[in-house]
Amino acid sequence: MKRNVAGKVLLLIALSSIASLAAITFFIFKEGLPLIFKVGLVKFLTGREWSPSSGEFGILPMIFSSVWITLGALVIGVPTGISCAVFLAEIIGDKTRKILKPAIELLAGIPSVVYGFIGVVILVPFIRETFGGPGFSLLAGSIILGIMILPTIISISTDSLKAVPNSFREAAISMGATRWQTTIFVTLRAARTGILASVILGMGRAIGETMAVIMVAGNALNIPHSPLDPIRPLTSNIALEMGYATGDHQKALFATGIVLFVFIMILNVTATGVSRLGLKTESLSGGRVK
Amino acid sequence: MQNKQNGGMSSRGSPESWVRTRRVLCRSCVDFTWRAVCAAKETTKRYLMGFRYPKFPVLALFTALICLSLSSCGRNHAGKIILAGSTSVQPFAELWADAYTAKHPGVKITVQGGGSSSGIESALTGTSDIGTSSRELKPEEEFGAGEKVKLQKVPVAFDGIAVIVNVKSPLTNISKEQLRELFSGHTNRIDNRPLTVVTREEGSGTRTSFQESVMRLPDSKTTERISNSALVQDSNGAIREIVAEDPNAIGYISLGLVDKRVKTLSIDNIPPTVATVKNEKYKIVRRFLFVLKNRNNPLSEDFIKFCLSPEGQNLIAKKGLIKINDTQ
Repeated sequence: MKRNVAGKVLLLIALSSIASLAAITFFIFKEGLPLIFKVGLVKFLTGREWSPSSGEFGILPMIFSSVWITLGALVIGVPTGISCAVFLAEIIGDKTRKILKPAIELLAGIPSVVYGFIGVVILVPFIRETFGGPGFSLLAGSIILGIMILPTIISISTDSLKAVPNSFREAAISMGATRWQTTIFVTLRAARTGILASVILGMGRAIGETMAVIMVAGNALNIPHSPLDPIRPLTSNIALEMGYATGDHQKALFATGIVLFVFIMILNVTATGVSRLGLKTESLSGGRVK
Repeated sequence: MQNKQNGGMSSRGSPESWVRTRRVLCRSCVDFTWRAVCAAKETTKRYLMGFRYPKFPVLALFTALICLSLSSCGRNHAGKIILAGSTSVQPFAELWADAYTAKHPGVKITVQGGGSSSGIESALTGTSDIGTSSRELKPEEEFGAGEKVKLQKVPVAFDGIAVIVNVKSPLTNISKEQLRELFSGHTNRIDNRPLTVVTREEGSGTRTSFQESVMRLPDSKTTERISNSALVQDSNGAIREIVAEDPNAIGYISLGLVDKRVKTLSIDNIPPTVATVKNEKYKIVRRFLFVLKNRNNPLSEDFIKFCLSPEGQNLIAKKGLIKINDTQ
């Protein structure tokens, strides 16, 4: 009886978190969709002019900015993250790893506003003095985001590299492969789905990050033509104008939220799909080796 | 186990000091929280010593505790005014609020930001008692959508908008024409020096006022749009920060918020100072408004009276604003 009641309470709590997800989804669609219909979906997504006070709602520059800054973050974060994961999983011993890995995971605990602040104080002036331009740029945003997604990529990649059975490595080495060849051609390949999932999760974090990006990316409304151009991704647009928005302007920000929501949903579904696929192939190959 | 527990009890400090501390702190939530903490400490101690509580009643108790503490925190003050709106007005509204509450200790004044548009809306919906705006109201805002009430406007100060550059910049003067060319993106150079244009975000009162007085073409009703390639920041402070750091940046902020890390530019040879704003030579000026749904709240009225009194006006004049009765 007692267990039953406790179980129901827990169920209720669990349901409430799902309910809040449903409520958020419902509200952003309810607030944003009317405006998308009013402007027209195609015009909303492909318009180049964003000027809510004169009734123009085109978010193409922001979509481009979001895509570019995410790609930039991946270019910087993925090679660094994967090399770091290989180092942690394959090269150093258990003892050192036990110190280093939590230290890297601490990176995830630093508030994004601190990343942004460091970006404004150190990175932006550095870019301005070295490459010219305003400094607030796609490049600055990408570097900051690239660092921010490192912990996600490193910790998941390390785990999936560690999950590769030792028999794989032993087999490769017994065939005469060097340690380097074993890592590149056997271990990394066997762990590729986990690594891919980590990259997609990192991508999700990069595309959703707001505060740090507002602070370093410059928020201009252009489609960027060079890494030194200032940009305004979807998230920044919402946070930047939220305070002053009323009426259609506010609805347009919700509509921006819908686009972002769809982006992130696609990424998350892909990540889940990839990791499920990964589990399947890993268990298959594991079976074969035995 | 019994012994240990007693030992723990006595080490908590003598009962007299506890009572005294409690008497001092005994105001609404504090007392309650203290008791809750003590109870939680005892409970945890007994739990750690092996006493197992029946789980469900404990859970219920916790929920009840949380509800109680939440409800006891929402206590009302005797007099309360909420101001919300423009971030440009906010620092000055805070000055007034501090001075006013120093004189009337029973009154609590909350000053919130959020922007002119949301300030006007909050006055209309009643979320705030007084909305603040750093720009003039649009006709549709003044009457509210579908509502019969007309918002009451009380001008409380004048503010110049200063065009600022880095202290290292050789520029000292700029024409309105050049300014318009620069901010509309037709050019990004003056005297062959590249400039980085920094502006406020769409919807900001400062941006709206700037656009009205600078971007309007001389002989027509159309205003030019501020360029898409301008950097956008969401506060006066952020723009000042960028201009203070970047030798090539140019931006505009409230005259009251200019400090010595940036340099103001003369517009058509007229420097932005309190004097030039007063004699109406400097043209980029806007009014700070209080917006109210009605004028029958005695508390708000008294506060407004204080803001408009010589004392209140001197307070903001010291910080670089222009008194409301200094110009016509």
